[in-house]
Amino acid sequence: MDKTPPNPRELTQNPLKKIWMPYKNGLPEKHISQRKVCMTNCPTLIVTVGLPARGKTYISKKLTRYLNWIGVSTKEFNVGQYRREFVKIYKSFEFFRPDNEEGLKIRQQCASAALNDVRYYLTEEGGQVAVFDATNTTRERRETIIQFAEQNGFKVFFVESVCEDPDVIQENIVQVKLGSPDYTNCNTEDAVQDFMKRIKCYENSYETLDEVLDRDLSFIKIMDVGQRYLVNRVLDHIQSRIVYYLMNIHITPRSIYLCRHGESDLNVKGRIGGDSGLTPRGKEFAKKLSQFIQKQKISDLKVWTSQMKRTIQTAEALSVPYEQWKVLNEIDAGVCEEMMYEEIQENYPLEFALRDQDKYRYRYPKGESYEDLVQRLEPVIMELERQENVLVICHQAVMRCLLAYFLDKTAEELPYLKCSLHTVLKLTPVAYGCKVESISLNVEAVDTHRERPENVEVSRMSEEALLTVPAHL
Amino acid sequence: MALTINGSPEQKKLTQTPLLKIWVPWMGCNLNRRRGSSVPQFCNSPTLIVMVGLPARGKTYISKKLTRYLNWIGVPTKMFNVGQYRREAVKIYKNFEFFKPDNEEAMRIRKYGQQACAAAALKDVSSYFTKEQGQVAVFDATNTTRERRAVIMSVAKEKGYKVFFVESICDDPEIIAENIKQVKFGSPDYVDRDIDEAMADFVQRIECYKASYMPIDDDKDRKLSYIKIFDVGIRYLVNRVQDHIQSRIVYYLMNIHVTPRSIYLSRHGESELNLLGRIGGDSGLSPRGQKYASALAAFIKGQNIKDLKVWTSHMKRTIQTAEAVGVQYEQWKALNEIDAGVCEELTYEEIQQNFPEEFALRDQDKYRYRYPKGESYEDLVHRLEPVIMELERQENVLVICHQAVMRCLLAYFLDKPADELPYLKCPLHTVLKLTPIAYGCKVESCFLNIGAVNTHREKPANVDVNRDPEEALQTVPDHI
Repeated sequence: MDKTPPNPRELTQNPLKKIWMPYKNGLPEKHISQRKVCMTNCPTLIVTVGLPARGKTYISKKLTRYLNWIGVSTKEFNVGQYRREFVKIYKSFEFFRPDNEEGLKIRQQCASAALNDVRYYLTEEGGQVAVFDATNTTRERRETIIQFAEQNGFKVFFVESVCEDPDVIQENIVQVKLGSPDYTNCNTEDAVQDFMKRIKCYENSYETLDEVLDRDLSFIKIMDVGQRYLVNRVLDHIQSRIVYYLMNIHITPRSIYLCRHGESDLNVKGRIGGDSGLTPRGKEFAKKLSQFIQKQKISDLKVWTSQMKRTIQTAEALSVPYEQWKVLNEIDAGVCEEMMYEEIQENYPLEFALRDQDKYRYRYPKGESYEDLVQRLEPVIMELERQENVLVICHQAVMRCLLAYFLDKTAEELPYLKCSLHTVLKLTPVAYGCKVESISLNVEAVDTHRERPENVEVSRMSEEALLTVPAHL
Repeated sequence: MALTINGSPEQKKLTQTPLLKIWVPWMGCNLNRRRGSSVPQFCNSPTLIVMVGLPARGKTYISKKLTRYLNWIGVPTKMFNVGQYRREAVKIYKNFEFFKPDNEEAMRIRKYGQQACAAAALKDVSSYFTKEQGQVAVFDATNTTRERRAVIMSVAKEKGYKVFFVESICDDPEIIAENIKQVKFGSPDYVDRDIDEAMADFVQRIECYKASYMPIDDDKDRKLSYIKIFDVGIRYLVNRVQDHIQSRIVYYLMNIHVTPRSIYLSRHGESELNLLGRIGGDSGLSPRGQKYASALAAFIKGQNIKDLKVWTSHMKRTIQTAEAVGVQYEQWKALNEIDAGVCEELTYEEIQQNFPEEFALRDQDKYRYRYPKGESYEDLVHRLEPVIMELERQENVLVICHQAVMRCLLAYFLDKPADELPYLKCPLHTVLKLTPIAYGCKVESCFLNIGAVNTHREKPANVDVNRDPEEALQTVPDHI
C-alpha cells in the first residue's frame, strides 16, 4: 500500500553558511551532513606499524594535519610520549630489551592508556579519526588493537612503513631522534649507538604485515619511503583518501614559496575581490620578486598563479614558465565583490557581523566561505605534496588557507593569519614540521589585513564594525 | 586544471582571451598561446599504459574505463586493442587450436602475427602521439611474456614515452566465468558459436597463455612503474609512480569496482526561474516542480533500491526535490549549477540584448566558453571530478542536480566528447537510470509524466558575432 508522501518540509537558508535546510516551527531541523560527503559512519582507527626510525611519527603527524585541514577531526596518540610521561628519565636501550619484564609491563600499560584516550576521543569528543602511533610490530599486539576496535565499533586501518636503507634510517635518527627528550643529555655518537641498539630489540620479534596471513585486514604497506606500496582491502572513502595522500607525499628536501600578487588597483582603493591590475608599486614588487627568486638559485622551480590578472602580471616579471590554476582564484565575495568594507557595512550590516562571528564558515551571499576555499584548494595541496620547489603567487584568503595547512593552524586561526602584500614566505619541511622564513621585499604597499573587531553583535554600531578596517584611499 | 604559459622577457601587456577569459601576454595580433591552451599540462612526455594479464582478467574493461575517464578530465587518451588488429589480420579464426603452443605452424603465424599486430599497434600509437596530439595511449593486450614487454619498453625508450604497466591478476574461477559470459560471447570471435562450446574454447585459450605467462616480477622488475591489481581490487601493489598522471591513474583504478549497481540522474523539479526562461539563480520549485518531486519519490520507492544514497547540490531547488523523496540526502556544493557570472538570472533574450558578442562566442564553442565572472563547461568538469570519483566508489546513488551538471556527468558515463557534451538532452522531470554492463553503460530514460518547460537550446545555424538577433534567438525554447 502506498502511503501518501508527507508534505515536503519548508526550507530556510542558514544565514551564516547559506545552506538550505528544513525547518519546523521557525527553527532549523538538525541535519546530519551539510557539507560534502559524510566521510565516515563509524570512527576510524589508524594504526602505524614498523621498526623505530621508519617514519611512523612523521607519517602520523602529517596525516593528522592533512585530515584536520580537510575537515576530518583527527588526533594522534603517540605511545612513546605516554612512556616518557610514565618513566620520567630514559636511561638506555635496555628498557626496550625483549627480556626486560618490567619494561614490557610499563610499555603495555602505556599502550592501554593511549587506547583509552583513543576511545574517549572517538566516542565522547566527536573525533572521527584517531592515529595510534607505536611500533605495533607483533601480530599479537595488533590483534589486541583489532579486538579493542571491534568492541568499540571502530574501523581499523594499518599503515606500515618498511625500510632497510641504512642512509634513510641514519638521516631519520639525526633529524628527529637526537632532539628527542630521551637524548637531551647525550652526545651525538652515544645517542646514535643507543638508538641502533633500541631498533635491534624489536627486530627479532618483528612480524611484518603479510598479504596472506593478514589478507582480511585493511592496510597499506609503504616500502622504501614510497618506492612501492601494497594496499589491501580499502573499505571506504576516508581510507581511499588516506591511501591517495600517503602515496603522494615524499621526503625529498625542497622549499615552497608563498606570496600574494603585487599591490593591485583595487587594493589601494580598499576594495575586495575583483580582477584589477597591478599598481606601479605592485609592478616594482614583481621586479624585486624576480631578483629574489634568481638569487635563491632554486633548482627546477615551478611557478603557479591563479587566473586573475594581478597574479599573472606578477608572474610575467619572472621570465620563467608558469601555470595558471583557476582553483587558486581569490575567495568569491559574491554580492560584495569590489566593495569597500565601509560599503559592506552600509549595505549588508547583518552579513558583515555574521562574518566577524565565524569568519571560517561564513559564506558571502552568492559567494564562498573559507571552508569552501579549503575544499577547492585540496588538489593544489595534493600537487604541492607531489612537487618539489614551487612558488605559488596567489591571494590573501587563498594564501591563508595554504599556510594553515603547512603550519597546522586551526579553522579559527586560519582567516586571521597575516599574509601581507610584498612579502614572501619560504616554507621548508624540517623534522616533523615546517620552518617559515618571512622575507619582505621592501616595497611599500597598503595593509589589507582586517583584525576581528571586539563587537561582533548584529546590533553593533557602524563605527564598532569598521574599527579595524585598514587605511586606504 | 593547470594551464602553462611561457613567461615573457619584457613585461608584456596582458589581454583576456574572449572565449576562455584567460589572461595571456599580448604579442601583436597573434596571441602567444600554447596549443590547446585549456588542456591541462599533466605530463610533458606522452605516457604509454601497458596492460598485462591472462585473457578474461578485465584488461579491456579497465582500458576502456580508464580511457573514458582520462578523456573526460581533459587528457587526450586513446586505446589500442591488439586483439582487434589480430582479428583484422587473421580473417579466419578457427578455434583454440590456433592458440595451442604445440601447434607449430599456428605458433609461427601467431608469433609473427602477434609481433606484427603489436608492431602495427605501436606504430599507430606513435602516430597518435605525434600527429594527433595524444597524451596517453593504452596498449591493451595480454603482454604476458617478459620478451613482449621488453620489446614495448625499448620502443618507448627510443621514442621518449613514459611507460606504466597495469597488470590484472585473478584466479577466482567464478569471476573469470562471469567475465567470459559478459564480454567474450559478444565478441566477433564467437559470433556464430554455441555458448557452451564457446566457453570451453575460451577456457582452453586461457590455458594456452598460462603456460608462458610471466607476471611482472617484483624483484626483477623493480625499476619499472606499475600497478598490480589482485582479485578485482581487493589488493594492489604499486611500484614507482613517476608523475602526476600516473598518480591519478592509480587513484582512479583503486576506486573503481565491478559490483552491479545503478546510478540515477535527475534534475531538480521545474523551478520558478525555469518557467520565466531565466538561467541560473537559486529559486524554488514551481507547483509542477513540486508534483515532480512527489512523483520522483514514488518512482524511487517503486524501484526497490537497496541502500540508496541521495545527493543534491546546495541550491534550493534540488534540495526541495530531495525533501520529497523522504530519505536522508547529502548536499554537495560541487553539484551546483554552472555559474553564469554576469548573465545569472537573465533570459536568453536579455543576454542577446546586453552581451551579443558573448552570446555568439558561446555558440561557437559552448564547451570552453566561460561566462564573464562565471564558469565554462570545462571548469564544471574539473569541479565535478571528485563527484565522479565518489560515484565510482559508491553503489546505488540518486543524483539530483542541474542541466549543465547533468550533461557533464552523463558525458562521463556515456563517453561523449567535449563538443557533444553541452548539447546532451537532459530534460526536466525525466530520470535517467544508468546501469553498467559489459564495457559500457545501459541508459533507461523515464519521463515521470509531469509537464515542464523545455530548457534545451540547440546550437543555432548562425554563430557569427555579426548575426542578427533573430538568428541568435531562433533556438530559444518557449517561456513566459
